[in-house]
Amino acid sequence: MANKVYKDAKSALEGVLSDGMMVMCGGFGLVGIPDKLIRAMRDAGVKNLTCVSNNAGIDGAGLGLLLEAGQVKKMISSYVGENKTFAKLYLEGKLEIEFNPQGTLAERCRAGGAGIPAFYTKTGVGTEVAKGKETKIFDGQEYVMERGLVGDVALVKAWKGDTSGNLVYRKAARNFNPMMATAARICIAEVEELVPVGQLDPDHIHTPGIFVNRILCGAPYDKQIEQRTIRKA
Amino acid sequence: MAWTREQMAARAAKELKDGYYVNLGIGIPTLVSNYVPEDVDITLQSENGMLGVGPFPLDNEVDADIINAGKQTVTELKGTSYFSSADSFAMVRGGHIDLSILGAMEVAENGDLANWMIPGKMVKGMGGAMDLVAGVRRVIVTMEHVSKDGASKLLKECSLPLTGRRVVDMVISELGVFDIDKKGDGGVTLIELADGVTVEEVKAKTKAKLSIDAGLKVA
Repeated sequence: MANKVYKDAKSALEGVLSDGMMVMCGGFGLVGIPDKLIRAMRDAGVKNLTCVSNNAGIDGAGLGLLLEAGQVKKMISSYVGENKTFAKLYLEGKLEIEFNPQGTLAERCRAGGAGIPAFYTKTGVGTEVAKGKETKIFDGQEYVMERGLVGDVALVKAWKGDTSGNLVYRKAARNFNPMMATAARICIAEVEELVPVGQLDPDHIHTPGIFVNRILCGAPYDKQIEQRTIRKA
Repeated sequence: MAWTREQMAARAAKELKDGYYVNLGIGIPTLVSNYVPEDVDITLQSENGMLGVGPFPLDNEVDADIINAGKQTVTELKGTSYFSSADSFAMVRGGHIDLSILGAMEVAENGDLANWMIPGKMVKGMGGAMDLVAGVRRVIVTMEHVSKDGASKLLKECSLPLTGRRVVDMVISELGVFDIDKKGDGGVTLIELADGVTVEEVKAKTKAKLSIDAGLKVA
């Protein structure tokens, strides 16, 4: 089998990057984001990116790093409220934004990865999201047509992975990663723990290795928390 | 003496039924989980991919990988499950969630909802709100009855960009509880008054077509 394992994020991105490419990025808030790959992409200096990601990171973390470095031309996201850099760039006209309802965004990526060019949803009917899009009545209910999305590269983060690219996510860090992994011409996965093939329980694999072209171990991870909320004992 | 935010949340909790799967928005809706009646067992869904959301963690229980859709740290319960965002919105869009409680900037008498953007100001995005109101079986809005500048938020028509068309079933404000006829043109019906609030005050602060329920309860 062809080798999929790379020693670090920098080497895993070699030969993949080009200006103007579309990047599919897993994660919700800062949970499950491909932190090491984003940093390596910033260091590589690739520009004019279109990033498809539920959020845009925060100042100093996640896709916020690419925004601060001026590498992003357009974001396709559902919510970007946590990022001051984003607000500044947007108000200065240096950044385009296409808002998608969160479920529509997830389904666009799922559909794109599954070879489905378009689908109908009732989400957004009668709102600005539906403007200019085809609508159709099914069983008396109006639906709007949304397109599947396929990017040039997908960056995903998993908990465990094996050398053949099988991935297991941890808790709520799964989120957008499984769809993003399927929805690009090449998928690069960073994992907290990389194990030899055969060590993951086949029944517990979330993303089968067919979707993953390159894999690297990004440990150690220092996971940031956006809203640390606790209760008293 | 209108209702406080806590009282609005407590009133919304009375709409919960045993066995419900529920999605709660940020703000007053989040408080609803503090008032679930003892004989009612509900399961909270968080659209980032968690079903069976527990309370905030103790300081030594915090796990960076366990958050709700507001990016707050939360905990697991017995029976909690995790899933992808696509599966999460299959639950939402597919009508598998019984109730969604969320906030609003404006609600119209036909059930139109606006809660995601104010043109000309920085826009943050709709997140999962459009999917939730389009897909969840029953939608309850908790909101202040009037805006900070005194304008009614319960209107004939929304002036802000919509989140969903004909989606709201009920509004709970500090003044009372209102049924919305989202399928027809019956408008808004006042079904319950908050403590010390008069029908006259509700009428003065409501711009929607308003009827008073024959069995109106005064809290």
